[in-house]
Amino acid sequence: MFKKMVEKVKKMGEIKKISEFIYEVPKEGNMRVPGRIYGNENTIAALNDEFQKNPNWNSLQQMENGAGLPGIQKYLFALADVHCGYGLPIGSVFAADPNEGVITFGGIGFDINCGVHSLIVPLKASEVEKKKKEIAEQLFRDVPAGLGSKGNLELGSGELDEVMEKGAEFVVERGCGRREELKFIEENGCVNGADPKNVSEKAKQRALRQIGTLGSGNHYCEIQEIEKIFDEEAAEAFGLEKEGVLVSIHCGSRALGHQIGTDYLSILAEASRKYKINIPDRELVCAPIESEEGQDFFSAVKCGMNAAFANRQAIASLVRRSFAKVFGISEAEVKTLYDVGHNTAKMERHKVNGKMKELLVQRKGSTRGFGPDRGEVPSKYRKVGQPVIVGGTMGTHSFILKGTEKAMEETFGSTIHGAGRAMSRTRALKMWTGSQMVQELEKKGILIKAKSLKGLPEEAPLAYKDVEEVVNIMHKAGISTKVAMVKPMVCVKG
Amino acid sequence: MFELFEHKADIGVRGIGETKEGAFAECAKALFEIMCDTKKVIPSQKTEIIVSSNKLDELLVEFLNELLYLKDTERMLFSKFEIKIKKVGKKFGLEGIAFGEKIDAKRHELKTEAKAASYSQLLVEKNKNGKWTAQCIVDV
Repeated sequence: MFKKMVEKVKKMGEIKKISEFIYEVPKEGNMRVPGRIYGNENTIAALNDEFQKNPNWNSLQQMENGAGLPGIQKYLFALADVHCGYGLPIGSVFAADPNEGVITFGGIGFDINCGVHSLIVPLKASEVEKKKKEIAEQLFRDVPAGLGSKGNLELGSGELDEVMEKGAEFVVERGCGRREELKFIEENGCVNGADPKNVSEKAKQRALRQIGTLGSGNHYCEIQEIEKIFDEEAAEAFGLEKEGVLVSIHCGSRALGHQIGTDYLSILAEASRKYKINIPDRELVCAPIESEEGQDFFSAVKCGMNAAFANRQAIASLVRRSFAKVFGISEAEVKTLYDVGHNTAKMERHKVNGKMKELLVQRKGSTRGFGPDRGEVPSKYRKVGQPVIVGGTMGTHSFILKGTEKAMEETFGSTIHGAGRAMSRTRALKMWTGSQMVQELEKKGILIKAKSLKGLPEEAPLAYKDVEEVVNIMHKAGISTKVAMVKPMVCVKG
Repeated sequence: MFELFEHKADIGVRGIGETKEGAFAECAKALFEIMCDTKKVIPSQKTEIIVSSNKLDELLVEFLNELLYLKDTERMLFSKFEIKIKKVGKKFGLEGIAFGEKIDAKRHELKTEAKAASYSQLLVEKNKNGKWTAQCIVDV
């Protein structure tokens, strides 16, 4: 073990600086491609620290493992919010050739299509400020959150299958939101090819009452004031104005996704053995994309993705109702800015060696951030690029970025998803108490409504990396550039 | 005894016992301690548990995930476990009863929901002093 560690430390010193914000993990051992890290000295120091603390389980090791997957194209990317995950780091992305490549559990994780859905409220921050307490309480009542909460959407037998097949559209059919909004959701709120037969009965049973629930942990529903505009042209296209108000909903596919992940961990472990794929980490288990197991998993992931789109659409509808009740505005006036997913696998067309190629892009804790002129971006935004929503923490800013041409060329149109954790939950719980946090944030003008005060310190702002630094790395690297910065006003949590 | 141990993004659960069953049961308690105050969960309702796996350590993951499944579908929280682990042929089987009650937000001091037990830092072993440890990382 000691020898192995010494070798590793030596190797870490070999991370090459390519440019101001790009580092390379050289190809060696079983790696098929090099790793690329978008970061600064702090990012690299944090990665080395992770490695020192746990030589067997850290982001650099996970990058090395991931870069050895069959069919991987160009590089395995780690973005500025990178930290250790399951099989692959959170904040990583890779693209696989559909004929030679694999689909891996590690590329998607347990929380399939966890993401952010942002709404633009037609009010000034000063108007919301006047009724802040009222709207906070209304949201807290209306949006089911926390352990064991039930969604308002009662599903009959077989209807959950429809949720998985139709995604956000199913929820619209049930009277939650309007059809015109669907185009402002990644993939229009529905990925094709989701076949519920690939999802276990267990997964379906766990999810029955969970559509329209926020969950807990790092999931939230936040009212935000647009504090600063960096890019006037993009802000205008996105409909953002200084002192305007957004509501951002961060959640995923809930237990449906968790159970799909759990179920396929063993199916893919078997497949890895069957197809003789060398897997150095049990959570990197995979199957060739073309194989039956690979196709089944891909289809199940799509089911989870659609359920997450539906979940966020259902919550968005509850938020609209809350605002209509408190401020007397019409629900239709609250527009969808965009909805992005973080833990996804999607077939996309990207350039490799100068040629456009169909690839399976697997984003783990990473957001699609397409640049201008891509057909997948809604026509309203197509000239400027796709909105990218980067969530901060309860006490810090969040950012709206836009995708760039450079991201298309370098990172398969992918960017960061959030601040990324810097401190463990157990340590955060020792450092703060829930009520202390609520009081401190209140002094900053941020109202917290949480079902669990006990769990709150796990999400303390200081338990995360500095979101501004993380965003600035991607901005300066030209991968996704800053459009607006928003400040939390109210945060509802599980 | 059980404990929660550090991990940057999620939480580790560890159970220590005189027997492997004891370590599994304590580890399951740690899992519910992530989600609530297990001292407040009265072990009044019984739920039968049967899981199996090819490996002893993977049996722990199966067991914890089965409990998470019951948490969502039966809306149960558990605070006591009586289980037996047997080797049947090449497989390991776990059978027994989980004791707990329906989720009650008013009484159970609910905390963070656990999504899944993972294979990360998964370990089931007998220590030098004869005690068993059962642990893994839980995604929250």
